[in-house]
Amino acid sequence: MVTLLHEQRQTQVPEAAADGDDLWLDGKEIEQATGWTWKPEGLCHGDICVPLPRALKRELVRDGRLNLAAMWRRSGQPLVHDAASRTWALGTSAAHRGAALATLEAPDFTLPDLEGRPHTLSSYGGRKVFLATWASW
Amino acid sequence: MPVWQSLHEDTKDLGLTVVAVAMDQPEAARPWIEAVKPGYVCLIDRDHHLADLYNLVNVPQAMWIDERGRIVRPPETAGSNDGFRAMDRQTRAVPDAVVAERNRVKAGYFEAVRDWARRGAASPHVMDEDRAAARLKLPRETIAAAHVRFRLGLHLLREGRTDEAEALVAEAIRLHPESWAMWRQTARKDDRALASGPEFWARVDALGSRPYYEPMDIATTSDRAAK
Repeated sequence: MVTLLHEQRQTQVPEAAADGDDLWLDGKEIEQATGWTWKPEGLCHGDICVPLPRALKRELVRDGRLNLAAMWRRSGQPLVHDAASRTWALGTSAAHRGAALATLEAPDFTLPDLEGRPHTLSSYGGRKVFLATWASW
Repeated sequence: MPVWQSLHEDTKDLGLTVVAVAMDQPEAARPWIEAVKPGYVCLIDRDHHLADLYNLVNVPQAMWIDERGRIVRPPETAGSNDGFRAMDRQTRAVPDAVVAERNRVKAGYFEAVRDWARRGAASPHVMDEDRAAARLKLPRETIAAAHVRFRLGLHLLREGRTDEAEALVAEAIRLHPESWAMWRQTARKDDRALASGPEFWARVDALGSRPYYEPMDIATTSDRAAK
């Protein structure tokens, strides 16, 4: 069992294989855990595709599984794992975050209230939103 | 938070929604929320996802988002100033003049928010795209590397894997020293559940002439009155 953390998702992937710095998942598991799609040309999300050159396929594809960790590193995105608990966190690059912010479109998100009900920023479209942070600490 | 409640009451019929996000653990945020019984939207962001998305470093920070979902004021300090640095660290007393200045800055900021609620794009506090883009702080890759470690660290903390979690959080803080949110969320808390003991003051002192709350780029009516 491998646990994957990506954006706000937390996904258990029973069949994933983790070995050192390598993490092997099939296309369905990748999609479920990250929202990225494994296509013949590479690992894709929206308009972005991290190419998987033919020469690298032998190295990064094994028994119908892709080395997602290696592809993530190839994409320049940060990742880190805890070997003992087989937990992997896949981050988003500053280049990607910065490009999103620079459009001045407010990055969308969904967060729970105290009762666990989800609220999505974009659902307030048509109103002005004063979005403020605070903490008890 | 009471300041947000009165903002909410004054502006809800003017087409403004106050969304307050606690970058905090739900059990720590709960008593504060229950004490205010807010009418505004109160959300919990236990993993500091918003800090990763919007490149935030402290609380309170706020951004203004217009009816089309566009950022018209990028993340900035939401009305606070560095007056607390003049505090007597034993008695926690702050000189009257510092309190007065802190109140003036805060009132000016919230008056600006009300002006925006009333006048929308015609408010002088709304930034055009060039100014907003220039004011926007974009993250560096070390910050992205810090966020992924902080995310895994908080997860492992919840799982009771304290040693691994603390190592990851320490690395995140090292990679992103400007983030007070990462440090204070995970720092030792004092008798008031605040990360404001000697370690906090040592970090504040280490800022030297740099601000803890970056001053806002906003010309308020109280600024004009003060001149």
